[in-house]
Amino acid sequence: MTEAVKTLKVTIDNITIDVPAGTTVLQAARMIGGDVVPPAMCYYSKLQGSGGKCRTCLVEVSKGSEADPRPMPKLVASCRTGVMDGMEVKNMTSNRVGDARNGVVEFLLLNHPLDCPVCDQAGECHLQDLGYEHGKQGTRYEFKRRTFEKHDLGPYIQLHMTRCILCYRCVFTADQLTEKRVHGILSRGDHAEIATYIEKSLDNNFIGNVIDVCPVGALTDKTFRFKNRVWFTKPVLAHRNCSCCSGKVTLWQRGEEVLRVTARKDQWGEVEEWICNECRFEKKKTSDWIIEGAAPVNRHSVISQGHYEHTIKPAETFSAVMDGRNPQLLMDIHTVSEVNDPAIDLSQVNGPATSALYAKTDKKH
Amino acid sequence: MSKKLLLEKAHIEGIRHFDVYRREGGYAAVEKALKMEPGGIVEEVKKSGLRGRGGAGFPSGMKWSFLAKPEGVPRYLVCNADESEPGTFKDRYLMEFLPHLLIEGLIVSSFALGSNRTYIYIRGEYAWIVGILEQAIAEAKQQGFLGKNILGSGFDCEIYVQRGAGAYICGEETALIESLEGKRGNPRIKPPFPAIKGLWDCPTVVNNVETLAAVVPIMNMGGEEYAKIGIGRSTGTKLISACGNINKPGVYEIDMTISVEEFIYSDEYCGGIPNGKKLKACIPGGSSVPILPANLLLKTAKGETRYMNYESLADGGFATGSMMGSGGFIVLDEDQCIVKNTLTLARFYRHESCGQCSPCREGTGWMEKILHKIDAGKGEMSDIDLLWDIQRKIEGNTICPLGDAAAWPVAAAIRHFRDEFEWHINNPELCLTKNYGLAHYADEIHVPA
Repeated sequence: MTEAVKTLKVTIDNITIDVPAGTTVLQAARMIGGDVVPPAMCYYSKLQGSGGKCRTCLVEVSKGSEADPRPMPKLVASCRTGVMDGMEVKNMTSNRVGDARNGVVEFLLLNHPLDCPVCDQAGECHLQDLGYEHGKQGTRYEFKRRTFEKHDLGPYIQLHMTRCILCYRCVFTADQLTEKRVHGILSRGDHAEIATYIEKSLDNNFIGNVIDVCPVGALTDKTFRFKNRVWFTKPVLAHRNCSCCSGKVTLWQRGEEVLRVTARKDQWGEVEEWICNECRFEKKKTSDWIIEGAAPVNRHSVISQGHYEHTIKPAETFSAVMDGRNPQLLMDIHTVSEVNDPAIDLSQVNGPATSALYAKTDKKH
Repeated sequence: MSKKLLLEKAHIEGIRHFDVYRREGGYAAVEKALKMEPGGIVEEVKKSGLRGRGGAGFPSGMKWSFLAKPEGVPRYLVCNADESEPGTFKDRYLMEFLPHLLIEGLIVSSFALGSNRTYIYIRGEYAWIVGILEQAIAEAKQQGFLGKNILGSGFDCEIYVQRGAGAYICGEETALIESLEGKRGNPRIKPPFPAIKGLWDCPTVVNNVETLAAVVPIMNMGGEEYAKIGIGRSTGTKLISACGNINKPGVYEIDMTISVEEFIYSDEYCGGIPNGKKLKACIPGGSSVPILPANLLLKTAKGETRYMNYESLADGGFATGSMMGSGGFIVLDEDQCIVKNTLTLARFYRHESCGQCSPCREGTGWMEKILHKIDAGKGEMSDIDLLWDIQRKIEGNTICPLGDAAAWPVAAAIRHFRDEFEWHINNPELCLTKNYGLAHYADEIHVPA
């Protein structure tokens, strides 16, 4: 005998879908896919209790349900709001949502350092994507951004508290994957921070997963730190026989070299199966792994999105767009660096540029 | 003299002790209640029209009737004594002088709701009151009003006092529950509401001190009699903690039929404003409710007299009205600077935001910085609109009402005192030594016909 699964009808941005009871609005939107999916910075479907905090996934409920059609007065966090039968939700079709979301993005970026050029997360950063989609070019914030004392979390995990958006995902991860959580949120308000109470290293075997769940560059992999940019590396699916985890990972390679190991992520940027520290930090040789093949590249990131594909190179020069003034600070990089060679057009190079390319040219002018 | 239901016996010598309190007719409500059906007590509270005295003013009887009653699951009553709103100090007075009144109310309410373990979550800074309450609990227990089988009724009840650790946010009921469970005091996402899943995931009612104390006169006189006091949906009496530029700051018990003007100027209450100064503005219900200029405080936008009750104070919505809130009545005279006042409030909310959701965490700090800049004579005209835009993006977009509470004072200050902000910006030097004064804030309001 099979139990009849109760399905509920929900309409999001005029697209109707039947979902099982207990589904949240955000999950329903993900079932539809495409542009109706609200962005989520703190919600993580694999972590119980996550969500509701960042407020980026706010949506307008224009009809509560078939039984009670009244609209909800406030915008609601779609990640924590359950679907009711006959519910109608507006996400991208609501001006209120757009306005509130732009506000939230501004708040999130307010104290964020915007050090993307030196941040390891750049290229796979959810805040970068969010800022790109919803943010403004300028900031209205004119005060000093907040900074924090540095905390050492041990040999594997680097904490950059200034980049943190307090999504609590790493706290939930430690709670739900490890036996004893030793880090958490200290203080409150805009001076709240992720830390261990007394300097302590995070050394649980599964604690490395906090790096994968971090939506920004607050928690990064010390074994990969500053080694390369994400967009220069090639993701490859691989596995190994691991005694404590599934051993299914993504290797991030440059040539034959394994620069980084992460868990495999789905289209929403969420880890599919948690991996152990040994797989993540210790196995950095190709021979440690059985390679399955190239990983499908997830083009969620700004950098891989190809937004610049059809742009036309402006014909004007700097002085033309700057009313005849020449910028003071721009200098020709070749006068200070021997690395690049103006004779080589990087856009014409097939694949990543390597030092071998420059070795051929005469550096001495 | 208006009728006093709560503070009538506050000045009797030794009223803190059980024997004096009992001699004065105390614990009669417990004796009466234990002979009734729990549901009957809830009905009496419903009939009384009692509204939550903590700030939101939600009908208490209704809140009680929402409590889920699944089989075999304990239910809890939690008394919210985490009174931390600037300007509000009525619960402190009540607990300090009449601890047994609260204990009596708690026993009756616990019986009505079926709570065998009842908690008083008290603000950490009220350290000396913990001792007073614990002594009262010990005395009541010794006399058989607490503990096992109270007065032979078969009902068991224990009351525990838990001190907070100095966080305003723990006055929000779900943050309070988290804190009581020993966790970080972050508000929970609702639903589920505490009435379904509260303390240790069991059905829970969280009520303010004054609300629970008011259950005692309701029991003694009956719900219907209680409802006859006051006006409309503002039944019974309300404690108002008055402070600021008044001759007689203190806690007053009012019958909600008196006008705001009478409350400020009559000798029975605040006794007017000292040094012959004039009234400029007032925050009528604790720091988070909108501030009103003198003219809108004493009269509504329709030109009618404004009274000290839930409906009249809220008349006109936020455009021209305010809220009863928790009854923290803060009076500002003509020498007070609204920009400074708003900055002080913004600093408070910034300090007290739990940091869980982004609009409140980041927005409160940003507003404080801008207000600080204006106060220091470095403001720009665009800052006023920016402040407005920030508060607009915080309000309603956060998990708990602290975001709204932080946004409203700023919004109301700009709404009613925009020219004072502009004066600050236009007079960067002068504003450091002088203030804007009364200006037109007490002028008669033009009432459209």
